Amino acid sequence: MKKIKCECGHINHEGTVLCEACGKPIEGNQHIDGNDENNVLEMRYEGSARRSKTYKRTFVDKTWAFFSSVKVGVWLIVLALLASAIGTIYPQEEFKNSVLPSSQFYEQQYGLSGKIFYQLGFHNLYSSWWYIALIALIGISLVICSIDRFVPLYRALKNQNAKRHEVFVRRQRFFSESENVSDDDRKTLINNLKKRRYKISEEDGHILAEKNRFSRWGPYVNHIGLIIILIAGILRMFDFMHTEGYVWVREGETKVVPTTEQQYYIKNEQFVYETYSREDERFQEALKNEELDVPSNFQTNAIIYKVKDEVIPGQEPELEEVTRGEIRLNEPLTFDGYSAYQSGTQLRSEYNSISFKVENGEGEELGSFDFKTNEDQRYYKLSNGYQIEIQDYYPQFEVTEEGPSSFSKYPRNPGIIFEVSGPELEGERYFYLNEDVVPLIDDPVTNVTLEDTELITASGLIIKKDFSLPFFLIGAVIFMIGVAQGLYWHHRRVWIHPKDGSLLVAGHTNKNWFGLKNEIESSIDGTSIKMVEDQQEKL
Amino acid sequence: MDLYTVSSNFLYVSFILYLVATIFFGATIGNKREANTKSKASKIAITITILGFLSQLVYFFVRWSAAGHAPVSNMFEFIAFFGMMLVLGFIIIYFIYRETILGLFALPTAILVIGYGSMFPREISPLIPSLQSHWLYIHVTTAALGEAILAISFVAGLIYLIVKVDQTVRSKQTTWLEIVLFCVFATMAFIIITSSFDATGYEAEFVQEINGTEQSVEYHLPPLVEPNNSELVSDHFTTGIETPAWMHGADAGSKFNTLIWSLLGGLILYGITRLILRKRVAAAIQPRLSRVNTDKVDEIIYRSVAIGFPVFTLGALIFAAIWAQEAWGRFWGWDPKEVWALVTWFFYAAFLHLRLGAGWHGEKSAWLAVIGFVIIMTNLIFVNLVIAGLHSYA
Ligand code: HEM
Repeated sequence: MKKIKCECGHINHEGTVLCEACGKPIEGNQHIDGNDENNVLEMRYEGSARRSKTYKRTFVDKTWAFFSSVKVGVWLIVLALLASAIGTIYPQEEFKNSVLPSSQFYEQQYGLSGKIFYQLGFHNLYSSWWYIALIALIGISLVICSIDRFVPLYRALKNQNAKRHEVFVRRQRFFSESENVSDDDRKTLINNLKKRRYKISEEDGHILAEKNRFSRWGPYVNHIGLIIILIAGILRMFDFMHTEGYVWVREGETKVVPTTEQQYYIKNEQFVYETYSREDERFQEALKNEELDVPSNFQTNAIIYKVKDEVIPGQEPELEEVTRGEIRLNEPLTFDGYSAYQSGTQLRSEYNSISFKVENGEGEELGSFDFKTNEDQRYYKLSNGYQIEIQDYYPQFEVTEEGPSSFSKYPRNPGIIFEVSGPELEGERYFYLNEDVVPLIDDPVTNVTLEDTELITASGLIIKKDFSLPFFLIGAVIFMIGVAQGLYWHHRRVWIHPKDGSLLVAGHTNKNWFGLKNEIESSIDGTSIKMVEDQQEKL
Repeated sequence: MDLYTVSSNFLYVSFILYLVATIFFGATIGNKREANTKSKASKIAITITILGFLSQLVYFFVRWSAAGHAPVSNMFEFIAFFGMMLVLGFIIIYFIYRETILGLFALPTAILVIGYGSMFPREISPLIPSLQSHWLYIHVTTAALGEAILAISFVAGLIYLIVKVDQTVRSKQTTWLEIVLFCVFATMAFIIITSSFDATGYEAEFVQEINGTEQSVEYHLPPLVEPNNSELVSDHFTTGIETPAWMHGADAGSKFNTLIWSLLGGLILYGITRLILRKRVAAAIQPRLSRVNTDKVDEIIYRSVAIGFPVFTLGALIFAAIWAQEAWGRFWGWDPKEVWALVTWFFYAAFLHLRLGAGWHGEKSAWLAVIGFVIIMTNLIFVNLVIAGLHSYA
């Protein structure tokens, strides 16, 4: 590697723009930061040598230079921005809320533009390979641009001398030259800067007053936070970090918890559904406009069991209670690394039991029977030797071309065909549907009526295990520390440079020039030192 | 008086105080720069602003105790809160930069925002289960504060553009600037028209057929456009023009109708103003702002983004993710509201990089600040009203 020796004696790396120690512009390298003869020096990276600006020959060099360019970074961010926005024009597939398949839904609902949206694959935009690739490129760019700048910037800030080359001082944005400044005035300025928490260092009568240097690391810290978040996103794709399942549990039912390898069971003891009272004074006005009651609570009272010992195939496992609790929206129940979230409800949508009353021809009661949808009891005994036989049961009744059948196994609209028989009675068949009992023969002797139905609620629970969360949280915290560090504090420096009876004062900050100006102004108050001028061309 | 009335009165008072403060800020524009911060008018102006803010704080907490939950749970409450944060953001930036001209633009922005929000139903509504969480307060308040501070950069950007854009010739910049100002007129028109018809209790009713079922649709403004596929059932005038079918969602027709009213009303207001001024609105304001220190305004554009960006990230992304994790078991779900928070975040990240890395100062960064505000408003209004998602309150 070529080295460049400055007249102050400091050895700089190839590609350095301003000597790390004294700040003198290094001839032949000024184009790198776009400095011209007379203007204010570009101080963004302290004129340090960056790989991306120094080596541009090989493929690796070019790739490196490409990804470390802020312009490229901004382009990637803008592309990600546009892509993200486009995905919200129509709902994503998971939110489309329709039974139609996507191939029809988008066209039917939104016409031609919907069809195009679907055909371009925008209905699954955020999981598309190119969107993920875009985010990955931002990640790569972040890593490379941070490395490209961090090391040289660190070196330049560490090696800087209090004694700077005159050109460096003169070509700062804030600069003034005052003649015949007394030593007292000089000391007043230094003391005032000290009072404002500047750290003072001195070399041959040259002064550097500096504060908040740590703020310069803000962007690197926040970029590290972002990288951790991206890594967490990758980790989350693996099962050992993250699993997700969904289960519907009816009231009274016990079900295996998905994604737990049959190790856990959940029982829905009761589902609680509450609504706001229309008499509630606070909300009376608003509730007047609501047709339906406004829910105030969805809650599953659940018990979690763990399987005891080995499970012998074909046998009911033995269960042991692990925990119990109330699962509400915003209040998940956690057990052994898993969390159960209240997600869906089918309010009183399934029949638990249907009870009937049977009478004989004289109107005497023969008894009643209670059909339970979740048991397969086929015979029910009544008094006087009468009995009921369940002949057909359709949990969700429908009629198809092949005759009656069931749409699903869930008792949402049960249809039951049963027969009443007795000592002096040939079987009489009845059909139950839609809370109504219809005899299937003309003029039956017996009389069957519906006594009661009991509906139950099914609760939909999301079961999650996510060990990647702490990584995201750590990334987010580091990001926040980084942005606060970089945006709420500002690196400020003031150089005091004596020269043949006059005193040069220069100031630099990476942002908030207004604040630096105020500080210098109040620090020279009462001295004969001239106020610094803003040498940047006026906007 | 019940608590609800008390709180509404305090909101009303703060509204008036913001108006008065604007007038006092207006009185400072002739001053020399140095005299400005020390002038009597600017001291009175900022004091009244702070009083207005305090009064709105009282509104907020009284309404909180009346409802039993923080009033950030529906469109009206959220926008009013955003307006309050806008004033807070202005107060913060004012004490850093002492730029009185900022008040002359920031307070009217807050007034318009609060006025706009007041057109939504104002009753205290109960909290549905998914909103019953402390994270609602934490997330919504921080996000609104972040957005409000970012909006201050829009205010500064607007001032910058009014002062700097060359008004002697017509250019793209002058046209866009007029469009931005037209939006202000349209918002005013919306508030005037909506509240006028509200006062007369106007109500027209349609029956609309959606997917085979009939639904009743109410209009509170005379129908310039009807709902798609509908029939007027009340006895009112109608133009017979229908809302295009591709506009979906609840009340698409009524929303589209309101939009047309606001745009027409805005055009009339803007047209009258142009007729009186006999030049572009921005050109008429420009000479009055000749004493503005544009370097300082330029720095305010950047500083307010620098201050607002971390707050926005914390509130709109991090707290939002924590809440979503607790409520739905997923910290991120690509819901439109979430996506637009991400879009906003990407945008301001690009802003910061362009400023620092590509040296975008002055007019370029002022325009970016304006676009940023458009994105925030998109998320606040458009996404809520038009793109239905989990977050849609209204
Ligand atoms: C969405 C992703 C990103 C976010 C949120 C982000 C955030 C930030 C922030 C807040 C700053 C400080 C800005 C300031 O002080 O005004 C910054 C600086 C910077 N960022 Fe990023 N950044 C992102 C992506 C990138 C990418 C992809 C690159 C690659 C080119 C990049 C390169 C830089 C550079 C070079 C700086 C300036 C460092 C300095 O001059 O001290 N950033 N970033």
